Amino acid sequence: MATDTHATPNLSRYFVPAPSAWPFCLTIALILTVYGVSGYLEDRAIPTTALICAGAALGIFIIFSWFRGVAMESEHGMYNEQVSRTYRWGMSWFIFSEVMFFAAFFGALFYARTLSVEWLGGAGEKGFITNSILWPHFDAAWPTNGPGHVGGAFEIVSPWKLPLVNTCLLLTSSVTITMAHHALKAAHRRACILWMLVTIALGATFLYCQATEYMEAYKELNLTLGSGVYGSTFFMLTGFHGLHVTLGTIMMISITGRLLFGHFKPESHFGFEGVAWYWHFVDVVWVGLFIFVYIL
Amino acid sequence: MAHAHDDAHGHDDHAHGPDKGIMRWIKTTNHKDLGTLYLFFSFTMFFIGGLMSLVIRAELFQPGLQFVDPELFNQFTTMHALVMIFGGVMPGFVGLANWMVPMMIGCSDLALPRVNNWGFWLLPFAFTMLLSTFFLPGGAPAGGWTIYPPLVLQTGNSFPLLIFAIHLMGISSITGAINVVVTILNMRAPGMTLLKMPLFVWTWLITAYLLIAVMPVLAGAVTMLLTDKYFGTSFFNAAGGGDPVMFEHIFWFFGHPEVYIMILPAFGIISSIIPTFARKPLFGYASMVYAVASIAFLSFIVWAHHMFTVGIPLAGELFFMFSTMLIAVPTGVKVFNWIATMWKGSMTYETPMLFAIAFVFLFSIGGFSGLSLALAPVDFQYHNTYFVVAHFHYVLVPGAVFSIIAAIYYWIPKWTGRMYNEAAGKWHFWLSSIFINVTFFPQHFLGLAGMPRRIPDYAVQFTDFNMVSTVGAFGFFISQFIFIFNILACCYGWFGRQRNATAQVWEGATGLEWSVPSPAPYHTFEDPPLVGDDGMPVHGNAAAHAH
Ligand code: HEM
Ligand SMILES: [Cu+2]
Repeated sequence: MATDTHATPNLSRYFVPAPSAWPFCLTIALILTVYGVSGYLEDRAIPTTALICAGAALGIFIIFSWFRGVAMESEHGMYNEQVSRTYRWGMSWFIFSEVMFFAAFFGALFYARTLSVEWLGGAGEKGFITNSILWPHFDAAWPTNGPGHVGGAFEIVSPWKLPLVNTCLLLTSSVTITMAHHALKAAHRRACILWMLVTIALGATFLYCQATEYMEAYKELNLTLGSGVYGSTFFMLTGFHGLHVTLGTIMMISITGRLLFGHFKPESHFGFEGVAWYWHFVDVVWVGLFIFVYIL
Repeated sequence: MAHAHDDAHGHDDHAHGPDKGIMRWIKTTNHKDLGTLYLFFSFTMFFIGGLMSLVIRAELFQPGLQFVDPELFNQFTTMHALVMIFGGVMPGFVGLANWMVPMMIGCSDLALPRVNNWGFWLLPFAFTMLLSTFFLPGGAPAGGWTIYPPLVLQTGNSFPLLIFAIHLMGISSITGAINVVVTILNMRAPGMTLLKMPLFVWTWLITAYLLIAVMPVLAGAVTMLLTDKYFGTSFFNAAGGGDPVMFEHIFWFFGHPEVYIMILPAFGIISSIIPTFARKPLFGYASMVYAVASIAFLSFIVWAHHMFTVGIPLAGELFFMFSTMLIAVPTGVKVFNWIATMWKGSMTYETPMLFAIAFVFLFSIGGFSGLSLALAPVDFQYHNTYFVVAHFHYVLVPGAVFSIIAAIYYWIPKWTGRMYNEAAGKWHFWLSSIFINVTFFPQHFLGLAGMPRRIPDYAVQFTDFNMVSTVGAFGFFISQFIFIFNILACCYGWFGRQRNATAQVWEGATGLEWSVPSPAPYHTFEDPPLVGDDGMPVHGNAAAHAH
């Protein structure tokens, strides 16, 4: 708690956290990591691996400790209604920012499909000139790796195999996490934990399938990140999504751990809900991907 | 309740308070400490960015190459803009939000104090990293702050550091913005309804929304640059089916809201200051709120006015031309309201008011030149000339920067308990206002006559105006030392200055922040006050009222 005895806010009204060094250390961890990665990308003579490992390890340790601290504060009843609302709003806006991050990549996909590829193929008055002077043999089509055939000929992943399986997995997991939530609200802790385990298993299976899909794409279909604009949008969109699934799964594992430790009450369990929201968000993004990246 | 503080400490050394020395600042979760850190950081960046601009202006004093080679010149123009925008203006406004939002809505602190600390500390590290690129082989990024591919992809060793620095600034902005939104939505004192909030709070609410919406888009755009350069993607490579112009679209989808991010809080500040010194309530409060909201909305659908000359389809030219001109309507509403507020007011001209009035005039000049640029056929000639440079400097310097200066003069008695020196403030104002016009007004003519931007040399016929502009720039820079001394004297009590500021400070000031003592206590409101219809606390125990 604030050590300021003189003008401490009314704690039944306001939760004021004590000074903390975690945020500062997290910054250090991030800087070490990105400095290492920068050095690696540019082949600079700095100990890149050491920097990256140190940064990542420090970062993971800090995030764990910071969240542990928050969980403890919550369990010790230091949070009031207002704090709970704060976290709700905070999480919602955070998810909104994530939506906008994906929007940038979806925007790139739509732009490429409806504008840049068409123009390269000769659509419109300016496109006509571009096409006839620069790329006379290029016909607009999707998927494409562009008039330069960047990355060589490739085939695409069929949506009706692993991607369909993955769609089912994620949609089911959204149901099971909701079941877990209902169980928690009804004070059925065991059921809640079981449903959470099912959800985690679904998430992990999704990741396994995606890894398999990527491997097939690289080895058998010659579809890579370098396969022109198709490969770029395909792997960046599904890749960032996969990263979010990974993060969501880790978050689910940690709240399941907290459930095992007896955390959360039927009437107040925002940590749980925040993770559930995040998971639904990841699910919705996937539906967008399934439709716009795989099927159409 | 505010009056409980009358016996509270009249000193800000916090002997009983947080950690001592440097650890206090590293670990602090207090909105006032963080606001102070943000403001000092912003000053430092303004100073560094200002020095870079002096190098640029010195080089442009005469035609030919005198001081820096073209490569370094390009690095300076690029870094000047990045430092000023992401290091100066934005953190300056965040610092003001840190200080003032909790005081204005009647709560103890921001909603997420530890996240607040993180958001701040990312910045000094990110900028150290970015500035360190000057010393790498190949130097700092030199492709312009708009980082257009394919040019920017030719950056050397510093490229990934540029990208990651932008990522970190983005995280900082997003966390800061989430904090502000959540605080405003969730922590208002009883009685502080949305339409009673001071305009500074309103404008920041909307700014924060813009930040959360567009900073991730910038993050996406620079990530695509990174993968295009190092991982073989083809987002901006036509041979692979991508398009460099696509980057411009994504960038300006961020970029145009970004310019409003840098001006909306300024609108809020001006809307606080003018009523105080005109001793009249703000004219058209509700229309001000709606105007800001519509500006924010429109700012999402005008981005391609930065791209009239890249060859977008005719329908695009027309759409973006008209949507851009539409922004002038709500902007006009605001300017009208400020003037109507002053109309028949009992005006006095203390330093904050002087800066606020100058803002109204000079920002409007920037708005007019913006309107000229919004006309697509006209922009074909003006684009990439000094006319654009004049435009955005008018909205950013006598706009955003003057508003930050005005805000500091206006609220520093509340922060430190000491009045600044009024005579020095007036000197600072007059010198700044004169020199800023000397610097930027001639650039309109240069641009109209065809002088291109971002080039270290120019044709001899442009010499006279360039010389004038350079003299103005040096004059402006030197004038700011008056400000620095005035402010530091307030902070540290130099020249034997007493803590002489009353709680209300300004005769005509209204709002919760003026109901607490000066300097404001470390935690402003221990209990939320009950806010009356006039926006001031209702006397008595608020908690008792509220329950
Ligand atoms: C009535 C309002 C405004 C209009 C109609 C307007 C219009 C424009 C247009 C059309 C351009 C592109 C010119 C070109 O590159 O050829 C431009 C550039 C710019 N504007 Fe504005 N603007 C307005 C207000 C503002 C405000 C409030 C700010 C910031 C506080 C601002 C900052 C900028 C900047 C930084 C650029 C140049 C970006 C670059 O190319 O580096 N503008 N404006
Ligand atoms: Cu714009």
